[in-house]
Amino acid sequence: MLAELGLAALWLATALAVLQIASGVMGLRGDAKGDALAIYARPAAVVQAFLAVLAFGLLLWAFAITDLSIKLVATNSHSMKPMLYKLTGTWGNHEGSMLLWVAVLALSGGLLAGLERRLPSKTMNATLAVQGFVALGFYAFLLLSSNPFERLPIPAVEGTGLNPLLQDIGLAIHPPTLYVGYVGLSVAFSLAMGALIAKQVTPDFAKVMRPWVLFAWVFLTLGITAGSYWAYYELGWGGWWFWDPVENSSLMPWLAATALLHSVSVLAARDALRTWTIMLGVLAFSMSMLGTFLVRSGVLTSVHAFAVDPERGSFILMLLGLYIGGALAIFAVRAGSISEGKRFSASSREGALVFNNVMLSAILAIVLLGTLYPLLTEAFDVRVSVGPPYFNPAGAIFAIPMFIVMAIGPLLRWKQDKPARLQFEISLIAAVAISIVSLVAILGDYSILAVLGLALAIALGIAALLPLRGRNIRRVPLATWGMIFAHFGVAVSLFGMASESAFTQERLAAVTPGSTEQLGDWNIELRSVDPIAGPNWTAVEARIAVSRGGGEPIIITPQARNFWAPAQATSESALVTRWDGQLYAVIGDQAADGRWQLRVWWKPFVTFIWYGGLLISLGGILSIIGRVRVDLKRRDAVRKGKERREDKAALSNAPQPEPAE
Amino acid sequence: MIRLLLIALALVTAPLSAQDTMPPAPYAYTQLEDPALEAKATELMSTLRCLKCQSQAINDSDAPMAGDMRHQVRTKILAGEEPEEIRAWLIDRYGDYVSYQPAVSSTTWPLFAIPVFLILIALFVLLRRLGKRRQEGAA
Repeated sequence: MLAELGLAALWLATALAVLQIASGVMGLRGDAKGDALAIYARPAAVVQAFLAVLAFGLLLWAFAITDLSIKLVATNSHSMKPMLYKLTGTWGNHEGSMLLWVAVLALSGGLLAGLERRLPSKTMNATLAVQGFVALGFYAFLLLSSNPFERLPIPAVEGTGLNPLLQDIGLAIHPPTLYVGYVGLSVAFSLAMGALIAKQVTPDFAKVMRPWVLFAWVFLTLGITAGSYWAYYELGWGGWWFWDPVENSSLMPWLAATALLHSVSVLAARDALRTWTIMLGVLAFSMSMLGTFLVRSGVLTSVHAFAVDPERGSFILMLLGLYIGGALAIFAVRAGSISEGKRFSASSREGALVFNNVMLSAILAIVLLGTLYPLLTEAFDVRVSVGPPYFNPAGAIFAIPMFIVMAIGPLLRWKQDKPARLQFEISLIAAVAISIVSLVAILGDYSILAVLGLALAIALGIAALLPLRGRNIRRVPLATWGMIFAHFGVAVSLFGMASESAFTQERLAAVTPGSTEQLGDWNIELRSVDPIAGPNWTAVEARIAVSRGGGEPIIITPQARNFWAPAQATSESALVTRWDGQLYAVIGDQAADGRWQLRVWWKPFVTFIWYGGLLISLGGILSIIGRVRVDLKRRDAVRKGKERREDKAALSNAPQPEPAE
Repeated sequence: MIRLLLIALALVTAPLSAQDTMPPAPYAYTQLEDPALEAKATELMSTLRCLKCQSQAINDSDAPMAGDMRHQVRTKILAGEEPEEIRAWLIDRYGDYVSYQPAVSSTTWPLFAIPVFLILIALFVLLRRLGKRRQEGAA
């Protein structure tokens, strides 16, 4: 019953998406009949959101009770799994994660329809039609090629289980946050298309779009940060970013959304960069869909496997072509009718933002190239590897100028400024950067990128705080605080990355209980190795006493786990966090001579990478709150003004002239 | 029939599991004594692909094959070979795919040409957007 109900909800939601499109399109006609039919678009979107979320809730329920008559549950869950992982396992597979994707899509469409009252009705109708059109494609994908509610003819006796690497709290946080970000960008896409169709690309439109972009961007940032930390502690080798195609497909929408965020701010504040903003809105969601295609089509495991069973992949590819192609076509037709907006000089805040948007787009292009190129050559039976040695330097070509401009940009005035006015700030930033480069270069032999990273991080960290100089701290607007936090977060994160890559110390050894290893100023003693058992795994657990600089030892317990459903080994690393870094310990196999493999790393300031990510998200949140508060205040003031005028009109009892507004 | 299949499966999997339980080569999980040599080895290993994994370098992986390759690299470094010689040897054995360090070749040139092209595009866009503005602003 559960599964059938879920399926019915999905079909109903699909029908409502069709209604939403039809009603939205009718609203564009601009006559009385069209207006009469346009009223259905909003409720259709809202009810659709309820239905899609209901379908997801039902699947969640099926996983919670391990309903083995549903194929998806039988192939991905196991009755012995802890409850948390039963629930999170709902989206640890293709169909479930696509349902989550679609539920978030419908939910953001519903929120937009339910909450947004500021847009002109024409733009709103066009936006809702586009949103419905996007949703329709993905409903079709779900229902026609990846039905999550498919029943088994005979219920399975036991489930196959979930990949043990996914049996972690990380799965509870990372995919949902990332999906909210990914799919939140669909609203930005629909709004951009709506404004383009209605030819109303104005600062007011940008003010409506900005919170949505910020919202999606905050979640993308959090999702990437959480995913990176998860990979770091779960994979057992201390790597936190692998330039893996799956990671890249989350980074690409982030880069596009970051550019969009800045562009939409310029449009809102200065009425400039109109076509840029629209273009980036299209690009950001296109990258989300491309990422979904890469991850969900199976093309990454092997291009040839994809070619053999291309049903799902070609479906998403078709959607991708339809939406991106359609958006670009509308853009091509309409771009001429939107003027570029207000002008500005190169040395202005807009100029700096344009420069960095170009740099972000270039980095995006590099990541895209490096991700797709191996797939392309593999199709012609040539296998090439593109990895960190390519991405790091190629990305840095654009990232380094970007960080420099990012340090100075927020200090510039809008429209036009003289760099000479910022003599003190610029020389301070340059002096800091240069002295750190020379200091680190004297201290040791490190890679150029790491040294530059350290210098830029510290310079940028100082520069991020400079907009506060000479201002009354208490009167700085919340949105400005948001920018300061986010930019400072970038500096913190960059510092962590550079420090990890330059200063990490590693110790791999075969050890017997009682023996001691030295790593930097850490003293590491293996006390014992004991077998233990968990709910669906057995493990060996090492008891390791670590002490720093002769201090009090603490016991850490890394494990090597063996799961039985499905059978797979994982290593559970043990972490000791200090303010200036993290000690990372892993226990490996036992060798024939009875010694245990021990791997230990000291990673100075590695935690800053993720603290930085959190600060960036916090900046985004502050900015949303700031913007919404200003907006509510303005709405309140407008309402009060109106009331006062009405009161006056009622009092004087005489015909009033139309207010000038 | 099913029993036959099971036996066949057992025959196929037995040698595989035997391989998995073989003790790893000495330098798979042990560093070289000399820190300078070890640093050299680590730098090389971080740019070699673990052929059995997804997007991991050999010094990021628990796969037995990655362990064997780490052993090979460390042994060769210890024998005084230069990292680039070892890379060439591995590429000879496993193909270009094993190396993350991209080299310009007939199959990889777009990887290098496109970024150069990108720099040109970026400069062009910036000059057009910002350069023109300045002239107009001055005029």
